Amino acid sequence: MWRYTAKRLFQGIVTVWFIATATFIAMHLVPGDPLASDKAVSPEIRANLEAKYGLDKSGIEQYFIYLGNLAQGDFGISFVQKNRLVNDIIREHFPVSATLGLLAVVFAGLGGVLWGALTALYRNRLPDVIIMFLVILGISVPSFVVAAISQLGLVNLNTLLGVTLLPVGGWGSVAHMLVPSLVLGLSTMAYLTRLMRSSMLEIVNSDFVRTAKAKGLPPTRIFTKHQLRNAVLPVITVLGPAIAAITTGGFVVELVFAIPGLGRYFVQAVQQLDYTVIMGTTVFYGAFLVFMVIAVDIIYGLVDPRVRLN
Amino acid sequence: MPEVATDEPGFAKSAGKQLLTFAAIAVLGLGALMFVLDALASLVGSDSGSSSAIEPELNMVTIAFEDEPPQLDSTQRADQISGRVLGHVMEGLLAYDEHSQLIPGVAERWEIDALDATFWLRKDARWSDGEPVTAHDFVFAWRKAADPAEASEYAFMMHYLKNGEAVSNGDMPLDALGVQALDDHTLKVELARPTAFFDKLVAFQTFYPIREDFFRSTNGRYSADAHELLYNGRFKITSWVHGASMMMVKNEHYWNRDAVKLDAIKVGYITQDTHARFNFFKDGKIAYTGLGAEQLSSAMENNFHIRRFQDGSLFYLEFNHQPHRVTRSWHLRRAMQLVTDSGELVNRVIKLPGYLAGKSLFPVYLPGVKETFRREYGEPLQELDRVRALEHLELAKKELGVKEIPTITMLIGDTPISKTQAEYFQAVYKETLGLDVKIDAQIFKQRLEKMTNKDFDIVMAGWGPDYNDPLTFGDLFASWNRNNHGDWKNDEYDALVDIAQNSMDQTERMEAFARMQQILYDEVVLLPHYERGQSYVTHPQLKGLVRRVVGADPDLRYARIEADAS
Amino acid sequence: MAESYRAEDFEPLHVDQATQTLSRPSLSYWQDAWVRLKANRRALFSLYIVLALLAFTLFGPMLWTVDPASQDLDQVSQPPWADRSATLVAPYEPWQGEPAEPGSGLHAAQTPNTQAVRLVWEPMGNAEGGYRIYRNVFAIGPEKAYGLPLGEQFDAALTYFEDRLDLKSASYYYTVVPLNRYGDELEGAVTREIAVRNAITISHAEKRGLLTEGHTAQVGDSITLAAHPLGTDYLGRDMLARLMYGARVSLFIGIVAPFLYVILGVAWGATAGFLGGRMDGLMMRFADFVVALPFLLFMILFKIMFGIGPGESGIMPMLIAMVILSWPATSRLVRGQILQIREEGYIGASRLLGAKTNYLVLRHMIPNTMGVILVTLTFAVPSAIFTEAFLSFIGMGVAPPTPSWGSMCNEGIKTMLTTPHELIFPAVFISITVLAFNLLGDGLRDALDARMRSRE
Repeated sequence: MWRYTAKRLFQGIVTVWFIATATFIAMHLVPGDPLASDKAVSPEIRANLEAKYGLDKSGIEQYFIYLGNLAQGDFGISFVQKNRLVNDIIREHFPVSATLGLLAVVFAGLGGVLWGALTALYRNRLPDVIIMFLVILGISVPSFVVAAISQLGLVNLNTLLGVTLLPVGGWGSVAHMLVPSLVLGLSTMAYLTRLMRSSMLEIVNSDFVRTAKAKGLPPTRIFTKHQLRNAVLPVITVLGPAIAAITTGGFVVELVFAIPGLGRYFVQAVQQLDYTVIMGTTVFYGAFLVFMVIAVDIIYGLVDPRVRLN
Repeated sequence: MPEVATDEPGFAKSAGKQLLTFAAIAVLGLGALMFVLDALASLVGSDSGSSSAIEPELNMVTIAFEDEPPQLDSTQRADQISGRVLGHVMEGLLAYDEHSQLIPGVAERWEIDALDATFWLRKDARWSDGEPVTAHDFVFAWRKAADPAEASEYAFMMHYLKNGEAVSNGDMPLDALGVQALDDHTLKVELARPTAFFDKLVAFQTFYPIREDFFRSTNGRYSADAHELLYNGRFKITSWVHGASMMMVKNEHYWNRDAVKLDAIKVGYITQDTHARFNFFKDGKIAYTGLGAEQLSSAMENNFHIRRFQDGSLFYLEFNHQPHRVTRSWHLRRAMQLVTDSGELVNRVIKLPGYLAGKSLFPVYLPGVKETFRREYGEPLQELDRVRALEHLELAKKELGVKEIPTITMLIGDTPISKTQAEYFQAVYKETLGLDVKIDAQIFKQRLEKMTNKDFDIVMAGWGPDYNDPLTFGDLFASWNRNNHGDWKNDEYDALVDIAQNSMDQTERMEAFARMQQILYDEVVLLPHYERGQSYVTHPQLKGLVRRVVGADPDLRYARIEADAS
Repeated sequence: MAESYRAEDFEPLHVDQATQTLSRPSLSYWQDAWVRLKANRRALFSLYIVLALLAFTLFGPMLWTVDPASQDLDQVSQPPWADRSATLVAPYEPWQGEPAEPGSGLHAAQTPNTQAVRLVWEPMGNAEGGYRIYRNVFAIGPEKAYGLPLGEQFDAALTYFEDRLDLKSASYYYTVVPLNRYGDELEGAVTREIAVRNAITISHAEKRGLLTEGHTAQVGDSITLAAHPLGTDYLGRDMLARLMYGARVSLFIGIVAPFLYVILGVAWGATAGFLGGRMDGLMMRFADFVVALPFLLFMILFKIMFGIGPGESGIMPMLIAMVILSWPATSRLVRGQILQIREEGYIGASRLLGAKTNYLVLRHMIPNTMGVILVTLTFAVPSAIFTEAFLSFIGMGVAPPTPSWGSMCNEGIKTMLTTPHELIFPAVFISITVLAFNLLGDGLRDALDARMRSRE
């Protein structure tokens, strides 16, 4: 167990190094001048700026300085917000994205299991048809369309009621999170519903359910102990990738609902060619996902006796 | 396939009940989770939802920003949002009033002569910690702006001061800069050359004061956060949650505090999405928002009071005049000029009230001798003539010695509006002249680099004024200006810029600008597209919101809340 | 009992045709899958939709030959059901204004049409600083919201104004408000409702091909503007034509990108699985690295890294970025399959019978993984289409003037309220395509699933 964990952690660190290197190379291959400004500046001023950000050094030198700083957890100073540390930016804005992502994952997970079980239970009857129709919509309509339409819907709802039922954007309380996280988790929820439904239908026909019935167990017990519990397992296995997709896919929702998350910063930094912020955010997200997956794997091993860690 | 067990009578019902219990537990769990998240979010968040656009009891107005200020060091400021915030929380020697007239700021009175200027500072001007604002604070800030180690984009502003250029290039020490404090309340400035508009210059934000001891105490984090900045303006920032919100409250140490009508300005939201900001406005959360063409009809439907305003920026097409570029051909440029209909662009493509069809390098609001420059001197007559354009095109082919004009590269930014424009002009030049134009859309910094490297035939560029004088546009095409991206050189024009820079006689200067305007048109150096405008809506109870071309915009310094909607 | 054997008893039995005939036709794996796919109505329907989409993309432009780049500025953002009748008018001439006759109030000086509305009014006593002119599509209510501020006349003596801003065939409420010398509005506003008719200049009509050469049409004649079955966009371009060309981009990326990365993934995974051992470990480790790169972040990074040159559409950078980042999933899957198949009995048997590696790979390994690969491919299409749409939405997609469904959505979403058709059509196309490929994928998975095969 400990050996396994240590090994996975080591692998994780190597992976993060790979991500950092890939980011560095990509960033330095990007055409364009991160120090360019609307007003042309004199060569002297330019030279000073280059020295400030260490761009006057050779690529190899910059790479090792970058790795060295990274090892100390220092992502440098933003090129655009000239006196703000990238670490500060991440520390202040990642919790927002993470909260939004977490809630979206919870919505998607709970909703997926619930709707999936429901549709399997009422197979080919009205609830099934309605839910599956919604699922199809959830899977096939792009998230930015859903986001824009739902915000519009909120505005109209608030206007209709004459009070602010839910805020149409911003951040600061749980009311701000509800709609954005639902929108963010929608497609994953739809996907999980489908998965849960087929998994439930498969298990209904399995031997152990038939045995349980033959034993004369009460239906409720069969349903919860045998069907639901076993049907949920495949849903849990895909939660890992789902978390990754959701946490990095929050740009649009953050943009539309004016949420001060890290994703929005990334898009802005790319447009501004803010080297340090782009590299910092990418490496941070990469590392976060890598260790997240490792953690999920280890916990899964502890929970499910069939999985042996080696 | 065997039938599923769920079809047995009773099973679905009881299983459904189970599911319901499960759902109830899930909802409860969710509630608990949200409670925790709520507590967590209030640590990071802006609590944006709790206040309305107008709070008469708190005497507070809530607004939204498009972006957050990248930083708030006045000597480093280069963008509009920082300028907006700084304008509210800082004050220079001179300031602009609600009708955009120059008024005394920190300076009580001043004298500007040919080569020097003296400012007498008011004794009651105070920083937000109660200390007096002194002439030394200006000296420190101006030297900092010129300091090559600081690498300020706006260091060129100090070139108007004696030795300014040499200091900012590192050839002379900082204290050689032509500014000194004769005593705590007298500032003496030596100028590099006669500058007729120096009073307008010192109202600009690069000339704001910074107090040295405070600056040193922040250890390089000056202006990174609300408490790492000292204020001498009408408001001060009490909280700044990055990317989310900012709170500005009335500065109780401001010398003219009784004139400040609002107690607080809250920036409740920060988002680039015009649509989202309009939704906040409709929802009664913010007191002001700009409108895109898409929101106009909804604004009309809701009976909002729509206003418009020209923000002073000019957008135009600039040609590359370098010898190996096809656009060096005057006939080609003239042909393009004869089919470029800026009126159609504004009326049918941009479709926003407030935008003016571009006719000159000098926008309409720039001052002339007595009235505005454009009212006094007019603008070149805009001609549209496809037949003549085709004649010029033939001459251009001869001039260039080619059978067909090769494809022209049009460099543009990646904003939606510039993409739309580029698509429009691409079709126009194809349909009218048969010219092939390829679009080169680049993100901001990549476009700037290509402009600096002169890697384009034509480029869509824009320019905003730094001070309220035609020279801020006029010197753009001087042959020595680094922002003259197309390398255009004209001796007469250079001589005119020289007159405009050095003459103290306004009539002589304005005549120079008028001649420059004509040369630019005759030589087809640029094709003006539009003077950017903005349509916006304000809360009916918010009065005194000032829009301005130079300085903080929109400006709430003189705003007040009216008791009820009129 | 003596048995007598006859010679003919030892003759071979006559080979009867009937014994050799199979009662049911022999079905190969693929034939079998096809039969099952055909039985799945939903999957079959999706297949037809996919084929229809391909036909729309490939053959559509041959039937609907409108140039997607041609701008019809007389019909900007028109929904499909817009009224297309217009009056021919003389070419536009600049107007220097004219005084209003006493007692006439605010009115249009000439027949108002969509080319220009020319207003004149009588001087107002209190207008020291001139006038501000507004236009509204709604009647003015008690809020005194006059609508769009069109412009100002900063001279009280100039009592005229020309409006050319985005005029539609509609009824407008024009209001003139007097101003004081600071430009603040005063009491005494006058409003007038003016009906504007659709008009097109003769030269425009000729340019658009509405009038043939040698026509005898005159000013005042009625004419029908060009037809646009799905309306027009913000530059008056034909939506149907743009959707067809947009489909080329979206479907090209949606189909070619997955195709390429699945091939790369198959090659990588099969090699690793087949080689096994240390090489397998190394190759899979590398795949793990690539999987760990945050997808959307790197898509954006790679997009700006490859850059879009002048005049390029930006499709290739997106394609390359997608291939670089997406192949590992397939390679893992294929490797797993290969490892599994390698241990199967029939492979061992075949090896014992002297089969060569080439034969094993071509005859057994690839056909047996083909099903999984095909299903992966089908499911990869929707996600690739979404990625393209997403990138275009945040402005990192295809470069103008290339249309794609994603970029069309991005443009349409801004005008969602006023001209919904600009969003609805591209969004519906994206949704239908994604849905069709998803359902087709489901159907294929069921049809190709070996377990299902035995279950019949």
